[in-house]
Parts: sequence; C-alpha cells; structure tokens
Amino acid sequence: MIRFKEELYKWIFAVLALASLVFLVGIIITLFKESIPIFSHYSFFHLLFGTQWYPTFEPPEFGMFTLIFASVVVTLGSMLFCVPIGVGSALYIHEIASEKQRAFLKPIIEILAGIPSIIYGFFGMVIVAPLLQNVLDIPIGLCAFTASLVLGIMATPTVASLAEDALSFVPRSFREASLALGANRWQTLTKVIVPAAGSGISTAIILGMSRAVGETMTVLMVAGGAAVIPKSIFDPVRPMTSTIAAEMGEAVMGSTHFSALFAIGLILFLITLIINIIAEVISRRFRLKLGLGR
Amino acid sequence: MDHEVKIRADKINFYYGKTQALKNIAIDIYSNKVTAFIGPSGCGKSTFIRLLNRMNDLIPGARVEGRILMDGKDINHAKMDVVDLRRRVGMVFQKPNPFPKTIYENMAYGLIINGIKDKSFIEQRVINSLKKAALFDDVKDRLHDSALMLSGGQQQRLCIARCLVVEPEVILFDEPCASLDPISTRKIEELILELKHDYTIVIVTHNMQQAARVSDHTAFMYLGELIEYDETEKIFTVPKEKMTEEYLSGKFG
Amino acid sequence: MHAENANRNLSFMGKTMGFKKGLRSNDITQTIGFTLLFVSILFTLFFLGSIIYFIAVQGISVISWEFLTEVPRKAMTKGGVAPAIVGTFYLTIGAIGFALPLGLACAIYLCEYSPKSIMVNIIRLSINNLAGVPSIVFGLFGLAVFVKVFGFGVSILSGSLTLGIMALPGIISASQEALLAVPQSYKEASLALGATHWQTIKKVVLPTALPGILTGVILNLGRVAGETAPILFTAATFYTRGFPDSIFSEVMALPYHIYALMTEGTRPEVQAGIAYGCALILLCLVLTISALAIILRQKQRRTYGS
Repeated sequence: MIRFKEELYKWIFAVLALASLVFLVGIIITLFKESIPIFSHYSFFHLLFGTQWYPTFEPPEFGMFTLIFASVVVTLGSMLFCVPIGVGSALYIHEIASEKQRAFLKPIIEILAGIPSIIYGFFGMVIVAPLLQNVLDIPIGLCAFTASLVLGIMATPTVASLAEDALSFVPRSFREASLALGANRWQTLTKVIVPAAGSGISTAIILGMSRAVGETMTVLMVAGGAAVIPKSIFDPVRPMTSTIAAEMGEAVMGSTHFSALFAIGLILFLITLIINIIAEVISRRFRLKLGLGR
Repeated sequence: MDHEVKIRADKINFYYGKTQALKNIAIDIYSNKVTAFIGPSGCGKSTFIRLLNRMNDLIPGARVEGRILMDGKDINHAKMDVVDLRRRVGMVFQKPNPFPKTIYENMAYGLIINGIKDKSFIEQRVINSLKKAALFDDVKDRLHDSALMLSGGQQQRLCIARCLVVEPEVILFDEPCASLDPISTRKIEELILELKHDYTIVIVTHNMQQAARVSDHTAFMYLGELIEYDETEKIFTVPKEKMTEEYLSGKFG
Repeated sequence: MHAENANRNLSFMGKTMGFKKGLRSNDITQTIGFTLLFVSILFTLFFLGSIIYFIAVQGISVISWEFLTEVPRKAMTKGGVAPAIVGTFYLTIGAIGFALPLGLACAIYLCEYSPKSIMVNIIRLSINNLAGVPSIVFGLFGLAVFVKVFGFGVSILSGSLTLGIMALPGIISASQEALLAVPQSYKEASLALGATHWQTIKKVVLPTALPGILTGVILNLGRVAGETAPILFTAATFYTRGFPDSIFSEVMALPYHIYALMTEGTRPEVQAGIAYGCALILLCLVLTISALAIILRQKQRRTYGS
C-alpha cells in the first residue's frame, strides 16, 4: 500500500514535469500549423527573401527580408552599446569594487534587469528620441539608431549580471597564482581571469542578444515602424517582433495576413532557438573547462 | 563466539559505478553487542554499514552483490520493505543532522511519519527517549526551541534520541564523534555502552581507542576487504594478521 | 676582458631598467583600464538612474488618490487607472497560480525523483529552450490556443495562462535552486528514521526549501507583472467601463495601458501625462517586488551561511 502510494506520487510528479515539454512542443506545432496557409500560397524563398511587405495591398506582398534585416540591424546595434558597457560593468564589480560597493551594485544591477521592457520603450519614446532628434539633428527621432540605443541600455544589466556570474566561477587560485608571479591586477584580469571566464562571458553576451532579438515592446515603440530597407541607421525600421505586435490587431483571423504573422513568429522562434542552443553549447564547454560538472 | 547472530553478511561485493568499494565481505554481527569497524579512511567501513539500512540505495549507479541477512531474512530481497527496514535499523551520522525544527518536532518526527497521532503517547515516547539518551535534563525546559540552538554534542545526542523514538533493533553509528570535542565524545561513548543492553550496535570509527573502549567485537578493514574480525580484546592484544598489527601500532593509516 | 665584463654589466643593468620601465607602463595600462571599467559602470548607473529619475519626476505630479482609485473618464483624458491596476493584479495572480504548482512539481521531480535518464535530459532541454522563447511568441501561442481553440476569448483566463507558461521556466529554476540547497543530511536523517521518500519531501525538504521557493516566486511575480507582449492579443484592452467581473472578461493592464496611451487615442499630449503616471506605478510595483525578493534572499543566505 505504502509502496503503491510512493509510486503514484512519483508518477504524478513525472507527468507534471512534462509540462514544459508539452508547452514547447505546443508552441512549435501552433506556429507551424498557423503558418501553413501562407507557405502554401507563397514559396518559402519568396517569403524569406522578398523585400516587399505590403500585407493589406491587393494583391498583398509578404516579403519578410526587410523585417528580418531590421531585427538584425537593431540587435547588432544594441550589442555595440551593451557589450562593452555590460562586460565593463561586470569587470568593475568583480575586480575593482570594494566589498561594500559590490553589496550595493550587484542587487542594483539585478533589480534593473527586472525593469519591464515597456518602461524602456516609454522612456525611449518620450525622452531619448526627442533628445537625439535635437542633438543629432535628424528628421525622425524614432529610428534604428534610437532603437539600438534603448535596446542596448535595456540589455546592459542582463549582460552585466550574467557576465559577473561567469567571472565569479573562476577559481580564486587562478588569481592568486597570477598575482604571486608578480602580475598586477590589470594583467591578472585580462590575461588570466577574463580568458578563463571567456566562454561564460560569451554565453552572457549571446543570451543578451537573444533577449534583444525577441524584445517586442521597446522596438515597437521606438524603432519607427517603416517596413522598408533603411538607407542609414537614422531611418525608421520595422523589426519582426514589432510587426507581429502592431499588425495582429488588424489582421483578420484565418486570413493570409494572420498566417504570415505566425510565419514571422516561427522564424523568430527558430532564430532564438539557434542562438540559445549556441549559448548552451558554449556554456557547457565553459563548465567543463573549469571542472564545474554538468 | 557463541552469541545470537543478528545480521549476517555473505560475500558482499559493492560497486560505485565501475569501482569496487567492497570485496567479498563476510561477517556476523551479534545481538546486544557493540561491533566496531576500524581501518584507514576510504577502506569501505562507512560504505559497509550504509548497506545495512540500504542507505546506499540513494547513490546513483551503486550496485551490491551477495546477501545480507537480518534475523535470517535477505534485506535486499524484492519483498523487503526498505522503509520498514530503516525503521528497524536506526542510524546516527558523522555530522549531527537535526532538522531545522524544534527539539520536540525532531523527536516526534519518527512517530508522526508512522501515522501515530496520540499526543500523550508521543510525548511519553519523546521524554523516555530523551532520558535514555541522557539529554532530557539538558533540554527539558526548551523542548520547543530550535534544535539548531544546541551544542554539537547535544545535537548528536538528540540525533541518537531521535533514532530511539522509533524503537529500532539495530543502531548504526557512522563515526558519531568525528566532529565532537573529547567531553562530548566521552558522553556519547557512555551512552553507547548503556544502549547495548537494549539494541544491537554497529559503530564505524577511525579512532582505535574508541573501538577498544566501547566495542565487544572489532572488524579491521583495508581497501575494501575485511582483514580480520574477532573479539575486541583479541584484536587489540593478539591480532592474527600482520596487517592488523601494523595498523594498530600506527605503522600506516 | 674588462670591456666584455663592463658590457655584460651594462646589459644587465639595461635589463633591470627595462623591467622597471615595463612596470611603469604596466601601471599606466592598469590605470587606463580601470578607469574605462569605472566609466562603464557609471554609464550603466547613469542610464538606469535617468530612467527612474525622469519617470519619477514626471509621474509623481500625475499620481493622486483619484488616479489610483477611479476609472478612466472622457476618452482616457481624465479620471484614474484603477481598472488597469486591478487587471495587472488579476493577471499576475492568475499566472503565478497556474505556474507555481506546475513548476514546483517539475522541480521536485527533477531534484528528488529523477534518475539520470533521457527523459530528464529532454525535460531540462525543454525548460532551457522555453526560457529563451521571445515573449511575443508566447502571445501568438496564447492567441492560437487559448483564445481560438479553447474558446476562452480575449480574457483574464487566456492572459494568465499565457503569462503562466512564460513564467514557468523561472519558477522551475528558482524552486530547483531552493530544493538543492536543502542539505543531503536532512534527507538521510529522515530516511534513516523510516520515513518514506514522499514523507521526507513533504515534511523535511519542502518546509526547509520554502523560504527560497517563496523568494523565487516573488522575483517572478515582478517580471510577470511588467510583461506586455504576451497579453497584447490574449487579455488586454485599452478601455473598460469598470472592473472585470469574471475570468472571461477582457482587462486593462498597466503595461499595456502605457503602450496604448502612447500610440492610440486622440489627445496625445494629455495621454502622455497619464502614461507617465502608469509607468511610475508599474516601476514602483516591480522595483518594490524585486527589491523585496533580493533582500529576503540575502537574509536567507546569511542564515544558511552559504
């Protein structure tokens, strides 16, 4: 009787533990199922590399290249901001900050990483965009550059926090060995600690990138929303996420437009999946290198 | 050695994954006696006593061959109820491990999990067991304080008392004094001598003097093998094996 | 001979001097490097400080008792945002109510029951990947499954379920961390007393891990409350006349309300003010929740001494 009860509990937990798998598979199936209609109307190649996105024209055009390109530009742009600043902050916290500063900075960074993206979007729209428009003398404040900047600011705490974790995994003995050989702190940092934490830091950067690619509200509010290939970084753009968010409301359920938006979702999902797998592989290697096990 | 056999181990081999930790161990453990296992660290003595209440089941990849009979019944048999076995074979660990609950809750735990709800019965048992473990006078005024407030030695006696509550037949001590000071150690040793009238006791220790002080029989293990097993007095005065003699005289270990 | 010796001495001295010079330039590099690092942390703090500053300064003038407790009036230009606050509350509670039992069960299975098997690896892999799915994709899933297939419509229920799925990986990893922090010796002590596996989990492991689990849940609560993309198509609406009356009603929610005020409606200049107010409320809500969680966690770390 007791043994039966024990087995029963085990099975209940096993079944509940499958929830994540069920949802993940559910997401994949849903994305495929809902985007099948568009793939039956247009060739995959045409959708992926077409540059014309006119979903409400007659006949409509669903070329997603512009949107994918916009996502890539904005994401890479945001990385230019957040990688040096985020990793720099992590190094500061790890190496220079006093015990007191660290006790203050670490939670601050973590709290800041939890600020909702809508707040960043709002801030970008009401403060950053007008400011840049005036300072840089550009026609529109809501553009690829502003989006990159705001997205970069948003991803900074995430990158800083993850990179700091990676640094703290480096055994103290490495540092002591280097200092004992007469290296100064900067040399120890750049020649011993950073290389040792290198793949951990890369994971942090890649995860920050994954967050930036998938980010919706910020780019929706700040990127300007024009679905054309930008001529400069100061042109408005329309990344994948904001296209879905902005157009789903007006797309008729079951129409080709509706289906096309799910197809964008599918592509977005696959892109982040690949990024996450890369991050996973690198982080596994990192843990092996430092002998941390699993 | 014409005592009643409580536990009989028969050609025990034990593996952690591919490494063999115990080789061909055969030993009889007698009722109402203290049996000590000595030997250098890593010799398999802890591994062996953890087989007696199947604590090694918790280790992934562990595998046991051979039979361990308690009162003539194979404890690794599929029909053996491991939960019931652990109730009958209590264990005291190297580091005192009271739960982060009150002293009383710690004591009552073993009864409550066995479905006993009668409050006065539980209270009586708890008090009796604390008295048996010579702890009652120390804690009678603070039964509802956290067990973590006690000193290391008191915590260990609480763990012993906690294990007495469920009235086991055998008590396994896995280096019970390893983290204690000499005074606490003496108290535990006195307690063990007291307890052997009611229980069969198995103790693992790396302290030879402790084995000499408390045990009736001593087993010397080395590198997973049982080198010699005899009455404690004989082991310490006229060991048969050269290796035992060398170990006892401090030549290695 | 002499000359050679002198030469040797010279070169020796040269080396020493080079060494010293090297030291000095090393020091300069170090100073420059450390300054750069200092600048980067200043940047981080400056950006984030300015966000909080602007929103606080502009928002505080909007916030009043009426703003917090009344429904919107005159096409969103007057009145308060109470329905949005209430809506966010419902959605968050609903999401955690859905994700916590599932996530905790999953964590218990992974930490306490799972033998090393393919199945466990698959579960871990799906948790990791679920954590990386963009929030808008959760929104699409919620739209297709809860709104369309299950027929819940755009409602609190659909939104909570969607947010809950998104919160699941976070809840699982927080619970796992808390469960793994329970010392093995507690479990051994319990099992050695003849407790069954489930009794040990219920009476020893869960009570010990509870504070840690709670902290993790609070941390996720803050994240869920601020999410917008998943509720865009599943729960949120710009305007409701009053408060929601069932789990099948559409709701206003703070984060969505900020977006809607900035992009829809007819009086942008007035609406921006209200948006500042909403942003401040949301910011305070999220920052308070996560600060609370972090303080709790530090306290726990101190008591466990790990």
